[in-house]
Amino acid sequence: MEATKKDQNLIVSVSPHVRSEETTSRIMWTVSLALLPALLSGVWFFGLKALFITASCIISSIIFEHLYMKIVDKKTPVSDGSAFLTGLLLGMNMPASLWSFSPFTAHVPIVASFVAVVITKQLFGGLGFNVFNPALIGRAFALISWPKAMTIWTEPAASFLAMDAKTTATPLGILKEEGVAKLMEVFGDKTSLYTHLLVGNRAGSIGEISAIAILIGGLFLLAKKYITWHIPVSFLGTAALMAWVLGGKGALFTGDPIVHLLSGGMMLGAWFMATDYVTSPSVKNGQILFGIGCGALTMLIRLKGGFPEGVMFAILIMNCFAPLIDRGFKSKVFGAVKQTKAKEIK
Amino acid sequence: MGLATFKGGIHPPDKKILASNSPIVSSKPPKIAVIPLSQHIGAPCKPIVSIGQEVRKGELIGEPAGFVSSPVHTSVSGKVVAISEFPNAMGRMVNSVVIENDGKEEWTPLKDNPDYMSLPPEELKEKVKGAGIVGMGGATFPTVVKLSPPKEKQIDAVLINGAECEPYLTADYRLMVERPKEVIEGLKILMKILGVQKGYVGIENNKPDAVAKMKEAASGSGIEVLALEVKYPQGAEKMLIKAILGREVPPRALPMDVGVVVQNVGTALAIYEAARFGKPLIERVVTVTGEGITEPKNLMVRIGTKISDLIEECGGFKDGVGKVISGGPMMGFALSSLDVAVTKGTSGILVIPEKNVFHADDFGPCIRCGRCIDACAMGLMPSMLSVLSERGFYEEAKEYNLFDCFECGSCTYVCPSKRPIVQFVRLAKSMVKP
Repeated sequence: MEATKKDQNLIVSVSPHVRSEETTSRIMWTVSLALLPALLSGVWFFGLKALFITASCIISSIIFEHLYMKIVDKKTPVSDGSAFLTGLLLGMNMPASLWSFSPFTAHVPIVASFVAVVITKQLFGGLGFNVFNPALIGRAFALISWPKAMTIWTEPAASFLAMDAKTTATPLGILKEEGVAKLMEVFGDKTSLYTHLLVGNRAGSIGEISAIAILIGGLFLLAKKYITWHIPVSFLGTAALMAWVLGGKGALFTGDPIVHLLSGGMMLGAWFMATDYVTSPSVKNGQILFGIGCGALTMLIRLKGGFPEGVMFAILIMNCFAPLIDRGFKSKVFGAVKQTKAKEIK
Repeated sequence: MGLATFKGGIHPPDKKILASNSPIVSSKPPKIAVIPLSQHIGAPCKPIVSIGQEVRKGELIGEPAGFVSSPVHTSVSGKVVAISEFPNAMGRMVNSVVIENDGKEEWTPLKDNPDYMSLPPEELKEKVKGAGIVGMGGATFPTVVKLSPPKEKQIDAVLINGAECEPYLTADYRLMVERPKEVIEGLKILMKILGVQKGYVGIENNKPDAVAKMKEAASGSGIEVLALEVKYPQGAEKMLIKAILGREVPPRALPMDVGVVVQNVGTALAIYEAARFGKPLIERVVTVTGEGITEPKNLMVRIGTKISDLIEECGGFKDGVGKVISGGPMMGFALSSLDVAVTKGTSGILVIPEKNVFHADDFGPCIRCGRCIDACAMGLMPSMLSVLSERGFYEEAKEYNLFDCFECGSCTYVCPSKRPIVQFVRLAKSMVKP
């Protein structure tokens, strides 16, 4: 307790003088935490190699971020968690079989991390200025550069430590190449197929296989208000609608939307990739349009394109439009429209 | 939920409990009162006293110099010892009259007129004008100007702003709990002056006892007392009007453009005192609060009292000297000196101890999370404004409705990158014409 003195060194700064607890790094780490169930499901079904792949992406991302910052002489923002999150997402978008692929492909996660962190993010101005989702560009680069290694899928292994597993095709791959009948044959019946997709007992990228695990993380983010419903709901809704209308053999309105929603990267994309703050619109109405675009492009690629899966390209294409959508959907200024109505005497 | 409100806004911790249970007590009259001749928006007053002159409490010492101006009265009796420039709370030099208090507390003659409601509106308005009443919520706009709308603006409702949405502050709350009848009387006088039938009082629902007391005081008068959702900036004029009447004041327009006049609780009380007793505005309630003050209080303070005196009266600082803010934590400004006078617009003195001071020296890039867009009560895109201003694209910022921002600070409060968004807006505003 000290009495009032004259000429005290008062701290002077601009208003507001109080700030919320939220920080950029807390957001990044919370999103990373929300990805944990999906990552664990990947490790459960593909063994420790899934963890190794993801870890090598995370470590490479952090190292590249550090090095870049050192070279350009900027303060290192590694603590903001964004490089970690990018590495995590990138790893979860890779097939676990990369680890056991022959010839040895350990360079794939490293190069993809470089492309994600340095080229996609830092060269565009760093966090907040990248046009494209860094993890997705990293994955796209890897897919185009090493198409074989990136599309060898292994069967979910019963053994946790299994390093070698039988290769197989993803459900979407089967659907594309051999049709829905073959898919049913592989998984038994409809219920069994849905269950496998929900739980994650199927071939695919490490983090995309278990719809339930992803949903847990997504709903967690929704509950924490880190994301809103706008992008996931419009994304998944549009995709489901298109799958139902156009996904059937021959006749319209005979497709199976559930298979499409639960397979491939649909869930991971809609909840965790398309909702990336930096590369999606920040106005709510714009987010709905963005989600519709993602859903529609995904289904166009899946149903009419050459690839079995389209989530990655769909989101990347829509990323380009995010700034434009924000401009078009500029938020409405208070009082701007209701001028005449406001005159009424109550 | 379910309570009237507006779209957007934020929920900072209200911290009102620090001072809300302290009844209003009078602070010690200052030994030396430094009374600025400009305590309002508009032209500064011309001094009408000279050095050496004896004045009595409540005597006119500064004459308004124009339509948008407001007279200034002395808050103590005694001798004028200086008329000179002194720094005000914002650090600007303001011509001020310095009066040495003789301790006699001798009033300039006041006349109690219990029948004030039968006075004609014009006469009531003159009393408001003569008493030097300005908006006491902090904006200090001369009240008489608000009561003189141009003929084409039909006013049909008067609102008393009891939202007090700034965290920490409890001055209006205490007035509503302790003197609800007088506040309601003030509203009735306003309604009479404006010839209006509808009067409302809007109070944030974190003050249920104030709502109850005001309802009781207003019963039978036709005045509606409404509980509003607790959300900052509920007390901003445009947000209050939206919450109570559902009307939106168009961009750049004034409340009178939608037929509304809004006055603060403290102003309503001052209007009552002026109409009934002819008492000029020479004192006001100031909440001295914050984690850095030993004993938070609500003080009835004479205009011209030094802020250092108030801090002493509340037991001094605790936990070291940090930041002293005039006003609330959202829109108040940090003082660089405590050697400045309380004015008609000083609603609170908030002391933040050093350990709690938020240091804004570092901020990150905008990650486009959109939290500021959701928080903006004006429907702006603060993220874009801050990025454009940061890069010097001030003209472009106008396309994002730069001048519709009233600097409530909600965007800056929620920003996870801790960007000084409001300051970027102020910068851009200063660089271009509206």
